[in-house]
Amino acid sequence: MYTSLLERHRRGRKLIEITENLCKGCEICIEFCPLKVFEKSDKLNRKGYYLPVVTDEDLCVGCRLCELLCPEFAIIITNE
Amino acid sequence: MSEPRHRLMDFVREEIMPHRFCSGCGCGTVLNAFTNAVEGLGLDSAEMVCVSGIGCSSWIPSPYFRADTLHTTHGRPIAFATGVKILRPDLTVVVIAGDGDVAGIGGNHLIHAARRNIDLSVFMVNNMIYGMTGGQVAPTTPAGVVTTTTPHSNVEPPFRVADLVVAAGASYVARWTTYHVFPLLESMQNAIKRKGFSFIEIMSQCPENYGRRIGLRTGIDFLKQFKEQALRVEKANGMSEEELKDRIVIGKLCDKERPEYVSELHRITREQVDKLKKEMGGAA
Ligand SMILES: Cc1ncc(C[n+]2csc(CCOP(=O)(O)OP(=O)(O)O)c2C)c(N)n1
Ligand code: SF4
Ligand code: SF4
Ligand SMILES: [Mg+2]
Repeated sequence: MYTSLLERHRRGRKLIEITENLCKGCEICIEFCPLKVFEKSDKLNRKGYYLPVVTDEDLCVGCRLCELLCPEFAIIITNE
Repeated sequence: MSEPRHRLMDFVREEIMPHRFCSGCGCGTVLNAFTNAVEGLGLDSAEMVCVSGIGCSSWIPSPYFRADTLHTTHGRPIAFATGVKILRPDLTVVVIAGDGDVAGIGGNHLIHAARRNIDLSVFMVNNMIYGMTGGQVAPTTPAGVVTTTTPHSNVEPPFRVADLVVAAGASYVARWTTYHVFPLLESMQNAIKRKGFSFIEIMSQCPENYGRRIGLRTGIDFLKQFKEQALRVEKANGMSEEELKDRIVIGKLCDKERPEYVSELHRITREQVDKLKKEMGGAA
């Protein structure tokens, strides 16, 4: 998805952090992020779950849906 | 490399995280919404008591939520919570437990607590099954579903628990799903703030012991279905049974003021004590 520089500036910087060892690979964040910010990676965590990865942090609008839907407290969104 | 730390770790028992709920289970999302609700209200967990029964959903408050908790016997959290509230009306008392617990074995406690309008908040996690014990039919399981105890399909219609609680007289009743996390969080806050019996039926998912029998293998499958089935109560009003078949009516079902049991009980006790004191004073 294309986002103009102006649009990115308007949205402000968002920080997306994933606590990898809390993740159980349910992929709910990947499916339900309205801007499709996440994608499945081929990286495994300590428990053997495939982790989500952030494709483009600039797409994020900071709605926190992923943070709240996550059953594991594994996603942290900071609106800077 | 050290891992980032979620601010809500202050509200849960961090030392036993990750919790033991299966991957994609709705119990984790309910815990997330609940901790957000408590954080948002600025509630001091030292002034809360959380009560649960037996089942996976009962693990949400105990052991995971960091507050004083009573992990009671199957079906009895509302009875224990009533005792806590009568002795300590100053505390916020929250019950979180499953559909089997609250509406099955504990159904009688539920309707009478609603009738009495006891100042409790009951958050019932309705995953439509007995999850913890391996997927037996619950009074909330839809008809036609194959479970371990209905191997040729369930012939019973399910309870619509929130509607039952409205009819029994509760002050605040709502129904949401684990897909509708923002309104769920707000509704939890309103339920806690409302004096009187508050009840939220949270439609949730057990992919492990329910989903795999009905072709919904993951948390995602359930959330997609909840999104599709959900119908705002404002729209559902006036629709026929037939039209509402397979729909989940979401939203606030009632919000009203009614005399509350514990304050009434204490008021009458105080009156009797005053009367007795006066009589004894007169006799002496
Ligand atoms: C008196 C009693 N009867 C039966 C059980 C067995 N039992 C444990 S959990 C459970 C059902 C739990 O279902 P629910 O409350 O819906 O919780 P879930 O695991 O689905 O979240 C049952 C029947 C018990 N522990 N105690
Ligand atoms: S905060 Fe919203 S937009 Fe950003 S990653 Fe999460 S779900 Fe996507
Ligand atoms: S058995 Fe079902 S309800 Fe229990 S933790 Fe697993 S998915 Fe959740
Ligand atoms: Mg259940």
